[in-house]
Amino acid sequence: MIPGTFDYHRPTTVESAVALLLQLGEDARPLAGGHSLIPLMKTRLSAPEHLVDLAAIEGLRRLEHVGDHVVIGAMTTQHAVINSTLLTDLVPILRETALVIADPQIRYKGTIGGNCANGDPGNDMPALMQCLGASYQLTGTGGHREVSARDFYLGAYETALAPGEILTEIRIPVPPAGHGYGYEKLKRKVGDYATAAAAVVITMAAGTCTSASIGLTNVSETPLWAAEAGRILVGSTLDAATVNAAVAAAEAITNPASDMRGPAEYRTKMAGIMLRRALERARVRATV
Amino acid sequence: MTKSHIKVTINGKAVEALVEPRTLLIHFLREQQNLTGAHIGCDTGHCGACTVDMDEMSVKSCMTFAVQANGAAITTIEGVANADGTLSALQEGFRMMHGLQCGYCTPGMILRAHRLLQENADPTEDEIRHGIAGNLCRCTGYVNIVKAIQYAAAKINGTPYQEAAE
Amino acid sequence: MNEQVKIDIDRAERTEKLQGMGCKRKRVEDIRFTQGKGSYVDDLKLPGMLFGDFVRSPHAHARIVSIDTSRAKALPGVIAVLTAADLKPLGLHYMPTLAGDVQAVLAEHKVLFQNQEVAFVIAEDRYIASDATELVDVVYEALPCIVDPFKSMLPDAPILREDIQDKMVGAHGPRKHPNHIFEWQIGDRQATDDVFANADVTIKEMLVDHRTHPSPLETCQSLASFDKVKGELTLWGTFQAPHVIRTVVSLISGLPEHKIHVIAPDIGGGFGNKVGAYAGYVCSVVGSIVLGVPVKWVEDRMENLSTTSFARDYHMTTELAATKEGKIIGMRVHVLADHGAFDACADPSKWPAGFMNICTGSYDIPVAYLAVDGVYTNKAPGGVAYRCSFRVTEAVFAIERAIEVLAQKLGMDAAELRIKNFIKAEQFPYHSALGWEYDSGDYHTAMKKAMDAIGYTSLRAEQAEKREAFKRGETRELMGVGISFFTEIVGAGPAKNCDILGIAMFDSAEIRIHPTGSVIARMGTKSQGQGHETTYAQIIATELGIPADDIMIEEGNTDTAPYGLGTYGSRSTPVAGAATAVAARKIKAKAQMIAAHMLEVHEGDLEWDIDRFRVKGLPEKFKTMKEIAWSAYNAPPPNLEPGLEAVNYYEPPNMTYPFGAYFCVMDIDVDTGVAKTRRFYALDDCGTRINPMIIEGQVHGGLTEAFACAMGQEIRYDEMGNVMGASFMDFFLPTAVETPKWETDFTVTPSPHHPIGAKGVGESPHVGGVPCFSNAVNDAYAFLDAGHIQMPHDAWRLWKVGERLGLHG
Repeated sequence: MIPGTFDYHRPTTVESAVALLLQLGEDARPLAGGHSLIPLMKTRLSAPEHLVDLAAIEGLRRLEHVGDHVVIGAMTTQHAVINSTLLTDLVPILRETALVIADPQIRYKGTIGGNCANGDPGNDMPALMQCLGASYQLTGTGGHREVSARDFYLGAYETALAPGEILTEIRIPVPPAGHGYGYEKLKRKVGDYATAAAAVVITMAAGTCTSASIGLTNVSETPLWAAEAGRILVGSTLDAATVNAAVAAAEAITNPASDMRGPAEYRTKMAGIMLRRALERARVRATV
Repeated sequence: MTKSHIKVTINGKAVEALVEPRTLLIHFLREQQNLTGAHIGCDTGHCGACTVDMDEMSVKSCMTFAVQANGAAITTIEGVANADGTLSALQEGFRMMHGLQCGYCTPGMILRAHRLLQENADPTEDEIRHGIAGNLCRCTGYVNIVKAIQYAAAKINGTPYQEAAE
Repeated sequence: MNEQVKIDIDRAERTEKLQGMGCKRKRVEDIRFTQGKGSYVDDLKLPGMLFGDFVRSPHAHARIVSIDTSRAKALPGVIAVLTAADLKPLGLHYMPTLAGDVQAVLAEHKVLFQNQEVAFVIAEDRYIASDATELVDVVYEALPCIVDPFKSMLPDAPILREDIQDKMVGAHGPRKHPNHIFEWQIGDRQATDDVFANADVTIKEMLVDHRTHPSPLETCQSLASFDKVKGELTLWGTFQAPHVIRTVVSLISGLPEHKIHVIAPDIGGGFGNKVGAYAGYVCSVVGSIVLGVPVKWVEDRMENLSTTSFARDYHMTTELAATKEGKIIGMRVHVLADHGAFDACADPSKWPAGFMNICTGSYDIPVAYLAVDGVYTNKAPGGVAYRCSFRVTEAVFAIERAIEVLAQKLGMDAAELRIKNFIKAEQFPYHSALGWEYDSGDYHTAMKKAMDAIGYTSLRAEQAEKREAFKRGETRELMGVGISFFTEIVGAGPAKNCDILGIAMFDSAEIRIHPTGSVIARMGTKSQGQGHETTYAQIIATELGIPADDIMIEEGNTDTAPYGLGTYGSRSTPVAGAATAVAARKIKAKAQMIAAHMLEVHEGDLEWDIDRFRVKGLPEKFKTMKEIAWSAYNAPPPNLEPGLEAVNYYEPPNMTYPFGAYFCVMDIDVDTGVAKTRRFYALDDCGTRINPMIIEGQVHGGLTEAFACAMGQEIRYDEMGNVMGASFMDFFLPTAVETPKWETDFTVTPSPHHPIGAKGVGESPHVGGVPCFSNAVNDAYAFLDAGHIQMPHDAWRLWKVGERLGLHG
């Protein structure tokens, strides 16, 4: 499998990168880790005439605790996420999720920005970002704008990115200390996309759920934020009836494709099962 | 298409070359540099037969363009033997524990194990299995690959390793 | 130290030094492989070498209206574009298959499966060749296709093979329909029907061994270099059977066989994928002959999975008849075999369904009848023996699943039912109802050892508790215990019934001892990872008393190696291993004459002692093999020609019949359908063990492939004939994380007819493993009256079983 021809650009600043992308238009694609794009190019399902490699841009690997947020530069690799004590202390679900993405080699190269920006419903980070209430900093020639992860995904490979824009930073509100979390992913083997996966972050107080946020991976054309399912949980003790209702609400918003991972009805049910299991882990982990 | 000029260090040797942007790193290594140890197995980034070490990362060289490696330091299987030409602890471990059969996945597997041991000098069996999960082997069922890596870890750490290959 | 102890120590040291049979000799191959110095086909580079790439059909069945190569030819760097129109004048647009059919090299009037080869682009490098494939314009007119083999012979089915439409007698007899390939029957039909009509208990189950693919990590590839001046062709390729390829190339190209040099260098796994001849090989050869420069062809993974050599696709209606006490009294099997668009099965020529008639298994079944119908569909051709002797995995799956179905119907324990029906040790050699003579076996001993090792009784007790707990709603896991007791048939084979294209399935060894006592030996087989360079040397070391490290084994170069039929069907040890021993014994006989001359005694006064001939009763008077070798070249006895070498072409008197007892313990998550293998125990009996380390390695690998096949690996087609999941994303090859841990064990029942008693082992774990996994899954659900659950047992399919049984609330 051989990719088609293209011209290669390696800008060193975000400004020059976005200027190039705007100038080259639809024939250009930004290149981060490349592990989604290059396979598509090798099968010639994608044939960009220009690749704008973001690897040489300083400042896209920021990893900081700023106020009540953590800020992660788009070119931060999954490997770096896994090994960051800052992130593991403040937002441990990031590490739990990154560890079930692809395989070790791909995690060295694959970036959190690429995973979030390219709009592949199979990617794991987008649903997690929706669960965490993260926002993306999108940068174009006119400067930056902020878009919530919950508003970013429009369809399969369709996002709120405007021509010439790239995702440069991710801002994640730090969940309260003592929060419970869980990312549960059903996959056929290491390296596979999810048959279904669920991200859950909750807080508990005196045995009652005080907040709940749920993201679902690869069970629709976009990642799903299961807002209604989360609302159902809040105020409950996470008793069986409430959990059942939340699972039903989450399953109701799925619309998976039938593929080699299984028929649509299976994947919908697995979204529910993953949610149950992630929620149970979150409940056990929640300290209040 | 314009060719790109790249400078890389391969197995400690500085190399300069002109490459087409679309030239995959695996083809650059195998065809331009005649380093045929790394192999292509799946073309889609799943098998890891093409794994090389690049700037202290295990990288699938068939999922990487040679231009992306500009400025990088690369180690291939041809560069892992000891300076005196004897087999490295990992190479020896694979032989002693029968961690290979057809040999096709072996260069990628050894390079991956090399980086794993750099990051985790004394991995558990579970850590090894997860650590090599980006490398497929069709012959061994992994049992003896795990042992080979344990053997190498023990040898590097100067601790005894008793388990014999079955 | 007394004298006897000294002698014993001396003998032990000399034996140890040989690194002969029975020791865990480390592999000589690994020195190069661990350093990246293996030499595989795509590592080869020749001056002026060009690259070929295929234009392939997007349709499963379509008429080719036109092919326009002009845009591709205009691309700079493109040297030629071949189509059927170019091959036809050379008579090369079709090639013969091993099964007596023909297969299109490049499609002429129509395409018959998706990704079929339509044109071959030759360019300066593989990048340009790939670009040019997109510039060949082919106009197709889509035709209705057949995906379901049960629809192939319907009266209104579209006719697939118009090229043989009127040929109603095929290579294996009459054809019942234009889409029918053959019907093959064996056994006593009437007697079997009579038994079934009067039996206490019968079972009948449709058992599907689904379509999959051997997928070695290295794909199929070739490099052809034609020397126009000498008129000689050198062909390097991924060939499990290089000599057969040479003969085939000679027959189809018209080049004299001595001017064809076929070389199989290191091969990155075969598993049956690299037995056949493929369009890519032919096109690289034609390209090189036409252009006079070397042409290389390298398959990518999608091409590999979707075009070269599928395996299985057997739909087996399997019936057993038994007494109410559980004595099996008859077996009846009908197989519908989906062979795809061309019959390219790699079986011995007289065996269109391979050795499917081993399907009576390890049991003493008095009568049986088997019929196999092969049909064409719009799928890739192949039908190779994926890590098994020909169709033996299918056969063993049929009997080992069927016996469990019978056990359930009888309400008997599945292990007990097997033991009750085993062929007894004293019955060997045993003549089976379907025509085989089993050479040896001791099934009861092996089964008992295995059951003790796994703790069978307590496993069943634990399972009973778990089932109760499940019924009470205390667990969502089901526990299954899988059993498989398989008998393989390997080592094809005797000339009376085994040939490939008329060449008897012997194999060969040529051993040459150099004056200094080191050795080169060449074989007709070809290792693809089995470690032949290590193990053949061990046989010679033990036979001739020369250290294995002083013996070089060479395979794969058809100019130097003696003619052999190659490595597949676990035939290397049974056939070429035997040839090696016999050739070594010829040398030993001559060495004895030389030693007698050197020691000035009669031959009969000498006895062999590890690495030397010594005078009986005078152990201090001896000549080592090394000394004898020197003498053979320096001062041979007056009536003896100099030199010390021998060749043997070994025609086996019978197959060998390895067997084994496998147990699997599995826990299935009912809510997701995910199955986890808790334990897997494999006891193998492959007769004499040459290198236990390598045997265990073969078992590990075979079990891993069996696990993959049973638990998810498949080549699936949609109703349009589109092949689905032809990449390692979907095609299930387990990583180190999914792969279970394996426990291995053995018994030793030597083959009585093999010179060293060895039987072959590389494929046993695959053959025995597949039904063991499937039985574990089926056993888990059996108490819920689930009926037979078809493979592959991937998570969604098992979840569907739970849905059907109402287990999800």
